[in-house]
Amino acid sequence: MPSNTMTIAEATRAMAARQLSAAELTQSCLDRIKDVDGRLHAFISVDGEGALSQARQADADRARGQAGPLAGIPISIKDALCVKGLPATCGSKILEHFVAPYDATVIERLKAAGAVILGKVAMDEFAMGSTSETCAFGAPENPWQPGYVPGGSSGGSAVSVAAGEALASLGSDTGGSIRQPASLCGITGIKPTYGRVSRYGLIAYASSLDQVGPLCRDVADTALMLQAICGHDRRDSTSMAMPVPDFTAALTDGMKGVRIGVPKEYFGEGLEDEVAAVARQGIEALRQAGAEVVDVSLPQMPYCVAVYYLVATAEASSNLARYDGVHYGFRAEDCQSLLDVYEKSRSRGFGAEVKRRILLGTYALSAGYYDAYYKKASQVRTLIKNDFTAAFDQCDVLVSPVTPTPAWPLASRQDDPLALYLGDILTISANLAGIPAMSVPGGFSVKGTPKGLPIGIQLQAGHFQEEVLLKTAHNLEKALGIGWRPAPLV
Amino acid sequence: MNITRDEVLRVAALARLKMDEEELAAMTGQLDAMLAYFELLKEVDTEGVIPTTHPFAKVNALRDDAPVGSLPAAAALANAPAATAEFFVVPRVL
Repeated sequence: MPSNTMTIAEATRAMAARQLSAAELTQSCLDRIKDVDGRLHAFISVDGEGALSQARQADADRARGQAGPLAGIPISIKDALCVKGLPATCGSKILEHFVAPYDATVIERLKAAGAVILGKVAMDEFAMGSTSETCAFGAPENPWQPGYVPGGSSGGSAVSVAAGEALASLGSDTGGSIRQPASLCGITGIKPTYGRVSRYGLIAYASSLDQVGPLCRDVADTALMLQAICGHDRRDSTSMAMPVPDFTAALTDGMKGVRIGVPKEYFGEGLEDEVAAVARQGIEALRQAGAEVVDVSLPQMPYCVAVYYLVATAEASSNLARYDGVHYGFRAEDCQSLLDVYEKSRSRGFGAEVKRRILLGTYALSAGYYDAYYKKASQVRTLIKNDFTAAFDQCDVLVSPVTPTPAWPLASRQDDPLALYLGDILTISANLAGIPAMSVPGGFSVKGTPKGLPIGIQLQAGHFQEEVLLKTAHNLEKALGIGWRPAPLV
Repeated sequence: MNITRDEVLRVAALARLKMDEEELAAMTGQLDAMLAYFELLKEVDTEGVIPTTHPFAKVNALRDDAPVGSLPAAAALANAPAATAEFFVVPRVL
């Protein structure tokens, strides 16, 4: 097996046995990037020299018996996260020449664990999208099917892991941006509980919803990556001072004593039959592994898209006010006044989707409309949160589909933003409630053309219940027999 | 109509965005469709419901009042489109 397609666990074993060096492993990922990324566009920037130097350091650390838990593991990073000295574009022209002056806390932690950072990967501009097509530097492509979207906004993360360019990736999830691309690209992704992982150094989209998490090749790797990035950070006032459990220890066989909830609203209108069938097959597999299965209801589900697109855009309109053409980022030339600098820089620097969301959010917060839109949405958000609290009285883990359909052709859903927003219906309520949620490979499309597109299964649990989430994912992976396999890129 | 061209112009001014007529027309149509969709929230009874603006009702995040380092000025200015030794440079405001 070429080392660039190994899991973290396999590569770590090979390096511990001195059959593989971190430098060789990193070189094999860089070679793969060189071979396939001209077509896949997963990377916005590659730091080959830096990666090889980190890899040699990891080899030296290992020789001294000081290898960290991720020593020598090559990882890609969503371009919304700051890595000191590397560009951080957030997929936007407005940050095209921005070089991060410090490391995000999650990057500090990955570096401390010995990880090797290969470069920065593509995403929808400011993480606003579900296809990665709004990336200002080219749209990545699904490695399972040429001409198809990889999902988004962490599309570059999912592609790089699925296509053998990186062993794992860090993404961010505001409304499904880790889980949805993981599902469409046949890999595993987790959005941790809000507050579990520091947001310091993550370029903000919607601060009450954003959370950093890993995209990986299997559940065991996901537990390792999550372990490395979790924990309280004094630089993020919303990070929670909670003890971090041993996530790998949670991956035990058998589901006896775990209650699986089937939320009926997640199997409603607009869901493709074969996507529903994959989720139902997963539920059956968990039942056979010993889980108790109960039906539950989340009655506010029909309102979550409306609530999300009011709350997220309101927060975005405030967060993105910082791009003023003065402190950093793009500044338009030919400006006569300070107002001119603001207006021209922002109008030329932001893409259409970002402007649309800023306008919507500004409107929802503006005098005369605040009560009808932002406040109303925030009240319904309370009811959505209450629905989850009631559901988790009856069960431990909710099992459902991740997306209503498998991947779709590039450019086929760009003309109707609202229709694209409605595709996020199954993932966004986890962010509104702040609960942890995962996507695990569940099967492949068998009907329609093309066949063989990956379909994921979504697991959601109560606040800070990542252990039962990972345990359920581990049992699902084992029962379904769909472990890691590289995308069949020709 | 849930939103007019003039209202979009007003909001764009608040957001420090400028648009040409074509962009403005497209944006007005798209925002109008979204606001029409959001009407469905009206059917939810939220009388007396406390709004959620954050996943957890966390009040203060306190730390010891001890000085710690921060970003050096040169690093903070390094990404500025225009800067002098210690300042961000903008067109004359007075």
